[in-house]
Amino acid sequence: MNRDDGNTREAQRRRLLQAGLGAAALGALPGVGQLAARAQAPFDWKKFKGEKIEVFLVKSPRGDLLTKYHKEFEDMTGITVGSEMVPEQQQRQKAVIEFNSGNTSFDVIALSYHVQKRQFGKNKWMVDVRPLLADKSLTDPGLDFADFSAGGMAWATQPDGRVDSLPFNIDPWVIYYNKELFDAKNVAYPKSFAEVVDAAAKLNDPGKGVSGFVARGLKNANVPVWSSFLLGYGGGFVDSKGKLLTDTAEAIEAAKMYQTLLAKYGPQGVAGFNWNEAQSLFLQGKAAMWLDGIGFAQPLEDPTKSRIVGKVGYGVMPAGPKAQVSAMFGDGEGISASSKKQGPAWFYLQWASNKTNQFRMLQAASGAPVRNSAYIAAQSSADIKAPKQWIECMLTSARIAQPGLPLIVPVTEFRDVFGIALTNMINGADPASEMKKATAEFQPVLDKSEKA
Amino acid sequence: MTMMAPPAAAAPAAFLVRRRRSYYWFIVPALVAVGAVIVFPWLFTLWMSTFDWKIGTTAHFVGLENYYKLFVSRRFHEAVLHTFYFTALAVIVPLVLGTWAALIFHREFPFRGVLRGVFVMPMMATPVAVALVWTMMFHPQQGVLNYLLSLVGLPPSLWVYSPTLVIPSLVIVEVWHWTPLVMLIVLGGLAALPTEPYESARLDGATEWQLFRYITFPLVAPFLAVAAVIRTIDALKTFDTIYVITGGGPGTASETINIFLYLQAFAFYNIGDASAVVVVFFVIVLALALVLLYVRERAKWQ
Repeated sequence: MNRDDGNTREAQRRRLLQAGLGAAALGALPGVGQLAARAQAPFDWKKFKGEKIEVFLVKSPRGDLLTKYHKEFEDMTGITVGSEMVPEQQQRQKAVIEFNSGNTSFDVIALSYHVQKRQFGKNKWMVDVRPLLADKSLTDPGLDFADFSAGGMAWATQPDGRVDSLPFNIDPWVIYYNKELFDAKNVAYPKSFAEVVDAAAKLNDPGKGVSGFVARGLKNANVPVWSSFLLGYGGGFVDSKGKLLTDTAEAIEAAKMYQTLLAKYGPQGVAGFNWNEAQSLFLQGKAAMWLDGIGFAQPLEDPTKSRIVGKVGYGVMPAGPKAQVSAMFGDGEGISASSKKQGPAWFYLQWASNKTNQFRMLQAASGAPVRNSAYIAAQSSADIKAPKQWIECMLTSARIAQPGLPLIVPVTEFRDVFGIALTNMINGADPASEMKKATAEFQPVLDKSEKA
Repeated sequence: MTMMAPPAAAAPAAFLVRRRRSYYWFIVPALVAVGAVIVFPWLFTLWMSTFDWKIGTTAHFVGLENYYKLFVSRRFHEAVLHTFYFTALAVIVPLVLGTWAALIFHREFPFRGVLRGVFVMPMMATPVAVALVWTMMFHPQQGVLNYLLSLVGLPPSLWVYSPTLVIPSLVIVEVWHWTPLVMLIVLGGLAALPTEPYESARLDGATEWQLFRYITFPLVAPFLAVAAVIRTIDALKTFDTIYVITGGGPGTASETINIFLYLQAFAFYNIGDASAVVVVFFVIVLALALVLLYVRERAKWQ
């Protein structure tokens, strides 16, 4: 419907832009381009030998992965890396305060696109990397820019065309399901939203302590669960004029589905569940389906943590009445606009998102890489911990992924206001009136942020 | 005389003035410190509360609009009510239980010292760690509390996951954590009590309850007042326990002024609104402090 005006057009423009960028980058890629590049100004990883950069990461499996291999970057470039890793929420606060001071203590920052993209982009807090990409003396001929997936580049590209980060990880939402419970009741993995509700109803067995469906009910954290349904119903967040679409029929249908699944077939107390409570319930074999980001395969297949090793199915988000969409999160790394070491920082970005690190991420099942080559490599590699079905699920999901949160500045406030509405629904409130109330409350906040 | 009088009268005065002047310099460091860390931030907060300022945008003056927004915000009203509800329970229950515990520990019985030590142990734990442990215990499916209920044949409870039970459940954590403090204060009071009134009361045939009601209670009342003041301050400013266990949820069911303030300031970056909340909160705390001071004065031994 009308939300497509915004989304599709934007996606098309991004694709075009990427193609352009890819072509630009191709000049620096193997073949004639590479030879020419070498002749002009050879790229040298040791160019900034002896310099020191500060990197500000988020505490997560991805942050851990990069930190683990920092030594490799230091050995290759001679650049010393000082790194700080802070839990997500604190990292976001610190980032805002530092950027506002006009002089950041870090040169490279990891960001969550679904929360910080618009904020960082609107304030131009990060360096546009396109000129760096074009500079053959600064960009590794092996970077292979065309290898970055469309979804990843959609995240990294701002609405005005600036590319102010390199993507690192995308996080499409999927349904984890317990094959044993499904088989016991002879239920097949659902192909549509209606079948999800049916399956949840059939598998819900409070007598045995088994819930048909589990997902986040905690305010703020719960919004992507609802947006997973919203996108399938053909709804959107905001139209091109900045008007919220969260009180439309699609949004209310999605909210009703959320209410049915969580209040009727969810566990007791789900209104207070974040992903970790949902995960621990699923790990115990006490939930038939769990909707969340794709990055949780590792604990599910870990015999020390999980009672359902080998019984987990990884399902692509089923089709809604209008579309089949997987709501997506993502993160990447950018260079602080106030950094005086943009060269070494750019080297770090190239290293962080390189093919080896991307493959490592898949290997450790700690995220979904943005490089296509990682998946190709994974298919022929024996050294992969993640189940084959997980990788297939990720590939399909990445193809149908769309941002799971609106690209606006006050994302946290959006999640808070709509999160409360959703939690209230679990506790019995009427979806239509809650969505209308939340929309009326949030519209002025959004208007103000767009005017500023 | 007339020649001598003026110098004689002036001398001590001049000496005093000089003395005072020379001593004034000694309070300058304290004045600077108080000015920098208390007075200035206060004035600055007051000033900021009249601006519409979101971090990352330019601030502009809006007068009292931030206060008006709070005045009409249902969410803020609820936060104030939650704060009072939580504080009332988190003060009264530990006071009653703490006094009771003090009376028990005041008696002679074997292993009294060891048991007193065990009883005050919760106080030594870090609030965030305590909160995390209780979060696990409250879990509706895997928590130990529902298991314990099932052992005695009671149906499971939703604890902090229910909008109606969340505040009483959070108070349980506070009670567990801070009853020992009240016990210690009251125990100190009991140790200082004279024994004579009890002896004469017993001679007159007073019952245990009468001993407590007419002798012990009035005599330890000043200590209870101190405990009440400390508990009220602690309960009003409680943030860590609530933030860690519920984050103000489910929905906004346990959102106190502190949580509301935190969200405004550090999640939404609305510095102007947050400053207004601080000012309102300050007025509330001041009013409560005056009430408590009055109660304390009344409770003093006459």
